[in-house]
Amino acid sequence: MSSYPGYDPKSGFEKWLDARLPIIRLGYDTFIFPTPRNLNYWWTFGAILAVILMSQIITGIILAMHYVPHVDLAFDSIQHIKRDVNFGWMLQPMHAVGASMMFLAVYIHMFRGIYYGSHKSPREVLWIVGVVIYLLMMATGFMGYVLPWGQMSFWGATVITNLFGAFPLVGESLTNWLWGGFAVDDPTLNRFFSLHFVLPFAILGLVMLHVWALHVPGNNNPTGVSVKNVDKDTLPFHPYYTIKDAFAIVVFLMVFVAFVFFIPDALNHPDNYIRANPLVTPPHIVPEWYYLPFYAMLRAVPNKLGGVITMFGAIAVLFVLPWLDTSKVRSMRYRPLAKLFFIIFVLACIGLGWAGAKSPTDLVFATGTDAATGAPVGFSFLWFARILTLYYYAFFVVILPVLGLVEKPKDRPESIQKSVLKSAPEEA
Amino acid sequence: MAETVSTPVENPSRRDFIYIATGAAGAVGVGLYAWPLIDQMNPAADTKALSTIEVDMSGVEVGQQIVVKWQGKPIFVRHRTQKEINEARAVDVSTLRDPQTDEQRLVVNAEGKYEPQFLIMIGICTHLGCVPIGNNSGDYDGWFCPCHGSHYDTAGRIRKGPAPKNLYLPPYQYLTDTLIKIG
Repeated sequence: MSSYPGYDPKSGFEKWLDARLPIIRLGYDTFIFPTPRNLNYWWTFGAILAVILMSQIITGIILAMHYVPHVDLAFDSIQHIKRDVNFGWMLQPMHAVGASMMFLAVYIHMFRGIYYGSHKSPREVLWIVGVVIYLLMMATGFMGYVLPWGQMSFWGATVITNLFGAFPLVGESLTNWLWGGFAVDDPTLNRFFSLHFVLPFAILGLVMLHVWALHVPGNNNPTGVSVKNVDKDTLPFHPYYTIKDAFAIVVFLMVFVAFVFFIPDALNHPDNYIRANPLVTPPHIVPEWYYLPFYAMLRAVPNKLGGVITMFGAIAVLFVLPWLDTSKVRSMRYRPLAKLFFIIFVLACIGLGWAGAKSPTDLVFATGTDAATGAPVGFSFLWFARILTLYYYAFFVVILPVLGLVEKPKDRPESIQKSVLKSAPEEA
Repeated sequence: MAETVSTPVENPSRRDFIYIATGAAGAVGVGLYAWPLIDQMNPAADTKALSTIEVDMSGVEVGQQIVVKWQGKPIFVRHRTQKEINEARAVDVSTLRDPQTDEQRLVVNAEGKYEPQFLIMIGICTHLGCVPIGNNSGDYDGWFCPCHGSHYDTAGRIRKGPAPKNLYLPPYQYLTDTLIKIG
């Protein structure tokens, strides 16, 4: 343990404080934490997410100083922020683009977790806390999108709150309770603002639990092989990973600010620049891009309750993933079949996103034209989404459980150190 | 020996009762505290008070639809053509997803007669709450919901697509032949 001597208070004040509130020790133990020496750049998205969360909270508190949560004033107050408030032109897109960036980073973070088996024993609780954070992010992002009170805000809120109306018996009372009325209206906007403000702090609290749950077993790593010798297999988090994370954060922020400054509305929808009108539905309602795969699943099922269950189930299945993935080998680097199915899974998620952005009757490709009407016929996005939804579920409930039993994994390195030292004979 | 062991515990069943009673009183207290916090989100008194409107339909031409707002929701008032009424009545009701005859979609006027030309419905798709497009759209010449592709016929009955129910009817009554009170 020579690399990690632990906190040693030097000055009299530090000793005095350490005996009363060991907060410096907490920071020391958090940052001088033994971290596998072979973490690649896929591991930097945790730190990236922490930075975006803080950015979202800060810009959000600022926007709340200027925003007015009222159906007659909300739409104008956003324009007031963007046009009149000092630096509002920058702060509002930072917050709106920040939401997209946070989802982009969290999806990479989650795919990384699945690929390298970071959800497996002994990190199940770490993974589950992460899924709860993701759920809260979805709720927060959805309510935030309602606040500008444009057409997409209003109709997105209407469609999503109506999902709860699908539940038998309690559906109608539940939606009226959510709305505080008989349709999405002023009470709905006010409560969404209140919850949108407070949920990020709940997320922050859960992030602390997430880091705590990480620091009990320690980081997973690309080989999935556990740390055997702390001195040989690990490096202190600071300075090695603070620097690596900082570099990744800078690269990620370059993408972030490119959106903020040059294409702030690229991820928005033009209809959200039309004031909400409860009497006219836009011809083509789509959610924000980060919900599109789930939206495609909702529409893939021709039954209201069935669609809602399919959509929520797609997230619920993540909670039990640690027990569905039966393979003893953590990293898919050594699981050739699992790697193949994982790549298809990622493509399926992207495909579902594509299907979610299209109308179900649009064609992926045409095979000919209808003899009577002359309209093109072929493979519709509805069926495309159905097949991909089936694969999404099959990946979790069939492929991963079965692969763990039948797949023959490749040889894994003896240790993390052996995997990174090129001189080691078995790596030559 | 048995007596000496039980003496320090002193009547355990009485101690259990106190635990359970305290816990029960606490649970009731939490419930009483939580209910106002939950119920405040239900529709407020002033929201509920805006519950009736009167609509004069005399200005709605044949083949025209007007949309009025009731409780924050769009209400379709359509003056149907004879062709639309005939289409709605020609359907075999048993084949419908939510079986209703055309007359079950209407209410009687003050004299106890139907006014089949006026169809009054809540203009909200029963799938996920979008406002369907009217003017004989969709495959059944009634309404078509652009969000997820539900088709309604000329009586507002679901015929195709994901919606489970016919367009809902608001509670309303005829004050005269062309004046109705909704709510």
